[in-house]
Amino acid sequence: MDRAKRNHLIRIFIAIAVVYLAILVLEFTLRPTNILFTVLRKGAIYSLVAVSMNLLNGFTGLFSLGQAGFMLLGAYTYAIFTMPVSVKESERVYKYYECIVGFDTGAFIGLIAAGLVAAFFAFLIGLPVLRLKSDYLAIATLGFAEILRAIFQWDVLGPLTNGANLLREYKDLTRITLPFTDIPFPPTLFVFIVVGICILLIVLLINSSYGRAFKAIRDDETAAEAMGINLFRHKELSFVISSFFAGVSGALLAAFQYTVQAQQFKSMMTYEILLIVVIGGIGSISGSCIASFLYIALSEWWLRGLDMGRFLGIDAPDLFRSGFRRLVFSVIIMIIVLFFSKGIMGDKELSFERMKGFVKGIGRKKGVSK
Amino acid sequence: MADFLHQNLSYFLSGISVGGQYALIAIGYTMVYGILRLINFAHGDVFMCAGLIMVYLSSSLPFAVSVPLVLIFTVLLGFIIERVAYRPLRSAPRMSVMISAIGVSYLLQNAALYFTGGLAKVYPALPWLSDSVVIWGATTRVVTIVTPFLTAALVVLLTLLIKHTKIGMAMRAVSRDFETSQLMGIRINRVISITFMIGSLLAAVASLLYFTNYASVTPTSGSMPGLKAFVAAVFGGIGSIPGAVIGAFIIGICENIIKGGSSIFGIPGSGWTTFSDAFTFAFLIIILIVKPTGLFGEKAVDKV
Repeated sequence: MDRAKRNHLIRIFIAIAVVYLAILVLEFTLRPTNILFTVLRKGAIYSLVAVSMNLLNGFTGLFSLGQAGFMLLGAYTYAIFTMPVSVKESERVYKYYECIVGFDTGAFIGLIAAGLVAAFFAFLIGLPVLRLKSDYLAIATLGFAEILRAIFQWDVLGPLTNGANLLREYKDLTRITLPFTDIPFPPTLFVFIVVGICILLIVLLINSSYGRAFKAIRDDETAAEAMGINLFRHKELSFVISSFFAGVSGALLAAFQYTVQAQQFKSMMTYEILLIVVIGGIGSISGSCIASFLYIALSEWWLRGLDMGRFLGIDAPDLFRSGFRRLVFSVIIMIIVLFFSKGIMGDKELSFERMKGFVKGIGRKKGVSK
Repeated sequence: MADFLHQNLSYFLSGISVGGQYALIAIGYTMVYGILRLINFAHGDVFMCAGLIMVYLSSSLPFAVSVPLVLIFTVLLGFIIERVAYRPLRSAPRMSVMISAIGVSYLLQNAALYFTGGLAKVYPALPWLSDSVVIWGATTRVVTIVTPFLTAALVVLLTLLIKHTKIGMAMRAVSRDFETSQLMGIRINRVISITFMIGSLLAAVASLLYFTNYASVTPTSGSMPGLKAFVAAVFGGIGSIPGAVIGAFIIGICENIIKGGSSIFGIPGSGWTTFSDAFTFAFLIIILIVKPTGLFGEKAVDKV
C-alpha cells in the first residue's frame, strides 16, 4: 500500500472516530429527550435503507420499489424475536391470539435474523421478478411489498404477527444493554455502530469485483453479459444483499419507534426513500447519507414550525397548519427532481479533496465579488 | 347454479361496476404509456383529486354546474402536470421521468392531506346515480348499473377518435415511433398534452362513478384504484385500449368474487378483503412472468 493511500485511510478513520466520540459525548451531556437524538437516530436508520436502495437503483441499475416490504419483514422479525417470553404469554400484546413463538433472543441476534428473513424472502421474490426489466420490475416489486403488507395483517397469521394489531414491549432502544451486563447501551451510539458496520460492508462490496460487475450491468446489460457476467446471478445477489440491509434498518426502525404495525409500511414509505436517494444523488453512498440526515432534520426539526403555526417568526396559524410542512417539502423535492436531477453529490463521493476544493471555491468567489 | 348466482349477485354486480371504473382509469395509464413509455404514477392521485374537487365544488354550487367544472378542472390538472413535471424531462433518461412521476404523486397526496386536514371528506350523493334499485333481490345503486354502459360508450367514442380523426392518427403515429413522427411534422408536445387531457377526463368520470359508491374521499384513496388500474393495463397489454378495458373488467370481477369469499367459496374468515388487494398483485406477477406483453401487447425487441 503506498503512502498516499495509507494517509487517506488514516484520515478517514480519524474522521469516523471523531463522529462516534462526538455522539458519545453528546449522549452523556444532553438530556435524552433532546430532538437532536431523534434526528440522529432516525437519520442514521434512513441512511442505511437509502444506501441499500442505492445499491440496487444506483449501482446495479435495478429500479426496485420493494424497500418498505423488506423493512416490514425486518421490523416484524426483530419485534417477534426479541419480545420476552413472559410478554408473549401474557395478554398485554397478543390479546386475541395465542403466540406460537416460545423463545426470545437478544437484540443482536434479532437484528441478524431480521436481515436474514428479509434476504430469504428477497431470494424467493427475486427468482421470478428479476427477469423483468425497468418499469415492470418497479411495479412487480411494489406489488410484492403490498402483498407482504396484506399477509402480515391477515388474521390466520395472528398467532405469529398479532394480526393487524401493533407489536410492542420488545427490545426497543432503551432496553438494549451491554452484552452480559445490565448497563444500558447508549441508544444513539448503538444505532450508529450498527448502521456504520452495515454501510461499511456495502462500501466494501461495491469496491470489490462484484461491485464492478454490478456497475457494468447498470451501464450496459448486453455488454456486461457479453463480457461473461452472469446477469441473473449478480442481479439476485444485489437484490438479496440490498434486502438484507433493508431488513436490518427495518429492525432498527422498530427498535427506535417502540411499536410496530404493518399499516405503516406503505408504498409511500418506499417513495420517500427513493426521493432521499434522488436528492443525495443516484450512485453516491455519502450523498444518500447526507440526504437522509437533511431530510429527517428538515421534516422532524427545522420545518416543524410550518405545522405549528409559527415559522421564522411569522405567525400565520391559518396558513401554517398541520400538513403544510409536507406540502412545502414535496414542492422542494419536485424542484430538485426537475432542475437538479444530479442531486447533492451526483455520482461522486464525499472526500477531503472535494471539501477542500469546495471551501477554496467559496473563497475565490468572495474574492471576485470584492 | 341459478340459486348460487342469486345469492351472490351483489358481488358480481359490484365487480362489473368496479371493473368499469378501473377501465376508465386504466385507459389513462395505457395511453400515456403507449406514447411516452412512462408509468404515470400520479394518475391515481389525479383521480383522487377529481373526487376532492367535486367535494369542494358541490358544497356551494348545484350539481349541474359542479359536475362539468370537475371535468374541466381535472383536465386542467392533467395538462399542468404534464407541462410542469414531464415536459422538461423529455430528453432525460426514462428513470428520471418515472421519479418525477413519483414526486408528483407524493406532491398531490401531501397537498390533499394539507387541504383536507387529513380527514375523510364525505362525497356528495349525486341525484339519480346514488338512488337505490332492486335487481333480482339484490339492492344496489343506479351507478352500479350505469357504469358498464357508460364505460362502453366512452370506449367506443375514444376508439372512434383514435381511428378516424387527425389527432387520433397523430397519436397512433407518435406511439409507433416518436422521432420519425416528429420528422413528419407532427407536433408531439400537442399530441402528448391531448393524451394527458383525455386520460384525466376519463379519470374524472371514473371518480364521479367510483366515489358515489364509496361515499368518502381521503388523500390516499387514489393509490389503490390507481395501482389496480395499472395492473389491468399491463394485463391487457400496455398501450392497447381494448386490452386495458377487458383487463379492468376481469380484475374488478375477480376482486369482488374474492371479497365475497366467505359466501362464494364457503370458507369463513375476515381476511378476504385484505386478500382481494393481494390478489391483484399476485395476478400481475403471474402475468408478467407468463406473458409479459399482456393479452394484446406487441412484442418489444431489445436492440443492441
